[in-house]
Amino acid sequence: MNSKRNDRIATGVIYLLVGIVILLLVGIIGNILVSGVPHLSWHFLTSASSSFEAGGGIRDQLFNSLYLLLLTLIISMPIALGAAIYLAEYAADNWLTQLIRTTIEILSSLPSIVVGLFGYLLFVVQFGLGFSIIAGALALTFFNLPTLTSNIEEAIKGVPQTQREAGWALGLSNWKTIRGIVLPAALPGIITGVILSAGRVFGEAAALIYTAGQSGSTVDYSNWNMFSATSFLNIMRPAETLAVHIWKVNTEGIIPDVNVVSAGTSALLVIVVIIFNLGARALGNWLYKRLTAAKIK
Amino acid sequence: MENWQTKKTYIKKFSEEDCAVYTQNLSVFYGGTIQKLFDVSLGFKKNTITALIGASGSGKSTFLRSLNRMNDQVARVDGKIMFHDLDVNQKKINVYELRKAIGMVFQKPNPFPKSIRENIVYALKANGQQDKQKLDQIVEESLRAAALWDEVKDKLDKSALALSGGQQQRLCIARAIALKPEILLLDEPASALDPVSTAKLEDTLKQLRKKYTMVMVTHNMQQASRISEYTAFFHLGHALEYDTTTNIFTNPQGEITERYIQGSFG
Amino acid sequence: MAKKEQDLQEVVEQAIAQQKVPHVKFKGINPRNIDIARLTKPSKETRQERWGKGLTALAIVLIGLLIVAIIGFVGMHGLATFFTDKVNIFQFLFSTDWNPGAGPKHVGAAAMIVTSFAVTLLAAMIATPFAIAVALFMTEYESGKRANLLQSVMELLVGIPSVVYGFLGLTVIVPAVRTIFGGTGFGILTATLILFVMVLPTITSLTVDAFKAVPKELRKSSAALGATRWQTIFHVVLRAARARIMTAIIFGMARAFGEALAVQMAIGNAVLMPYNLVSPAATLTSQLTSQMGNTVMGTLPNNALWSLALLLLIMSLVFNFLVHLIGKKS
Repeated sequence: MNSKRNDRIATGVIYLLVGIVILLLVGIIGNILVSGVPHLSWHFLTSASSSFEAGGGIRDQLFNSLYLLLLTLIISMPIALGAAIYLAEYAADNWLTQLIRTTIEILSSLPSIVVGLFGYLLFVVQFGLGFSIIAGALALTFFNLPTLTSNIEEAIKGVPQTQREAGWALGLSNWKTIRGIVLPAALPGIITGVILSAGRVFGEAAALIYTAGQSGSTVDYSNWNMFSATSFLNIMRPAETLAVHIWKVNTEGIIPDVNVVSAGTSALLVIVVIIFNLGARALGNWLYKRLTAAKIK
Repeated sequence: MENWQTKKTYIKKFSEEDCAVYTQNLSVFYGGTIQKLFDVSLGFKKNTITALIGASGSGKSTFLRSLNRMNDQVARVDGKIMFHDLDVNQKKINVYELRKAIGMVFQKPNPFPKSIRENIVYALKANGQQDKQKLDQIVEESLRAAALWDEVKDKLDKSALALSGGQQQRLCIARAIALKPEILLLDEPASALDPVSTAKLEDTLKQLRKKYTMVMVTHNMQQASRISEYTAFFHLGHALEYDTTTNIFTNPQGEITERYIQGSFG
Repeated sequence: MAKKEQDLQEVVEQAIAQQKVPHVKFKGINPRNIDIARLTKPSKETRQERWGKGLTALAIVLIGLLIVAIIGFVGMHGLATFFTDKVNIFQFLFSTDWNPGAGPKHVGAAAMIVTSFAVTLLAAMIATPFAIAVALFMTEYESGKRANLLQSVMELLVGIPSVVYGFLGLTVIVPAVRTIFGGTGFGILTATLILFVMVLPTITSLTVDAFKAVPKELRKSSAALGATRWQTIFHVVLRAARARIMTAIIFGMARAFGEALAVQMAIGNAVLMPYNLVSPAATLTSQLTSQMGNTVMGTLPNNALWSLALLLLIMSLVFNFLVHLIGKKS
């Protein structure tokens, strides 16, 4: 009888704890959205931020976040893809591979502030780039590489071995088999992985405050010359992102409407993350279905 | 358990000229030390179908996959594989060229998730064949040779995954033939197919016998007896008996062979 | 009708025969003559293979160089405190006097080290029972749509940027702590609560994996012996998953230990030995975040900060090592 009672108590405790967690989840996401969404006006999204008055927007931060994300993906994609292919297809089962995997694990568990400070040391100070978008994009690349690599590796490993054998048996080189057969088949998984990692990059701030900087410069959105100092495309200008903006307005606290700006920005960040999350899965599934559409008999 | 290592083996020998490919003391090791194949020396006569039979784990698939060096990445293969008087089990051998000469069809149909046409021309294009007319011709010829042309000629640009399992397997044969190999290795090609598809596949193979040398692993005794001229019996990594299919099935010399065949025929 | 058709066909056939309609001659496909010489020469494929392998290996080398560079650079600057500025390493680790501007005798990081460990351990301690409960719920109690829904929401929680957590802490937890305990509301408790939410999904999802890895047969045989669900969980599932749950907790702790901005926003940033949970304090990460911009490269205050960064890096390696150690043992 004792055991029956214990069983009931344990079940009760577990349900209670789960209930608390669900309340927490709902509370957190609800709080962010409820307090932030009302501030997400067109004006808020499209006007420049203010450094000491109320009523500023987040136009530049939004653009900087997207631009940094794009640059980060452009830099990290080829490296992560190469590394993932090597690990999934070429790496022999030996100590060297083990060492490489450990290295990537270490990189992925490094605190992002350490990655950011390393970027600061190398690019901002050593190479004299100053606080700049390119320094930020490189720091974010370091932050992104391990996750992206393992996401892509998973996707590649998901392609059935029989597909590779088919390629080899036709006298194709391993490389041609990978490029022409394995990668297209892994594409849905790769895209899902890239978008998921993009969500992380989009919200990252610690790696950026000492690389891309904490302030923006005046930018001209009609100046398409990348090498002009005022161009919005200039990669040598300092740039503050949405996440860094939240951190800065809260720690400096100069503008009177800190909570309004932060709440609106937080809601925007979370919405983007949700879209990335859901979008990654939806797009992956859709691509997968298209690729194997005929399989439904 | 009998001591099979001391069992007498009964191996039919062909003259070297008669063989499309023959092995000398082929041994395969996995993970450095685990031996899966022991000194197998078999020759395969030109333009015949040879069946490799034996229980699971007898080494017949391992042997087959060694012939076109598909085991390179997972195992160490010792011994000689003689093809046109050349030992192709050497490091300096260009395995890509070798595999174009010795094609392979697998247990599970594995067409690429591309169109039927693309499945056949993909490797040809990779070889530098770009002439559209020539490619079209090879597509038709190889599909005809695999007895699939009539069923797919109107949907060459549809996904190969839309085909039935049996059609997919014949497409895989067509894909292998398109490279104009001399030898076709078939690794249990019908094991994933229903009886009707299997019958069609067997018809196709009988047709192809006139031009190609085929070595086929099979679990299905009836299939071996229906379409092969010669049969080799594998047991725990050894080739114990090799003879004409008729002799193997009606008058096996080895005790283990006899028991296996009777047991399997039930 | 039939007669007419027959006639027609005859006419057509005759016509074709007379015209000698050119028709494609179908040869059929044959084995080609194998050029044996090609088997011993490298081909396009050989070159492709070399390229592909080289190119992908290059990516790996880049990642390797990166990690070496990170450790090298941070190590070099972090050790300068001890080798250039002659700060005693024991003093750095055990003294609570942190005022590097006043000279090498005042570089003691103990307060921050203790605070960092305090928030990490507390957050892990609170999060673990919740994580285990949720993981049990998702694997042993529910398995269908409801478990999936909970899992997706948890995954979403991982994706929420840390500054958003920091902001939530500022607007929700800080006022609450202030109301209940008095004081400023900033401090270890506030930081712990934020970190708890942040590490919860990490620990949970790894614990779910741990439970899923326990073979079904074990559960079945336990149930067959008449054990209740809780007895099965307690004696079989939890026991079998013990090592992996430890790994999950360590991963959570690594995340908490390295978290910078959320903690920095909520802890109050006063480098003091914490004497209670609701007074302002500072962690290694919070100090780095708020002070790095206020020091000049190469000076002692700056080097001292790099020593904190090095300590963070070393702790990250230690957490990694622990995970490997547990993985090897089990």
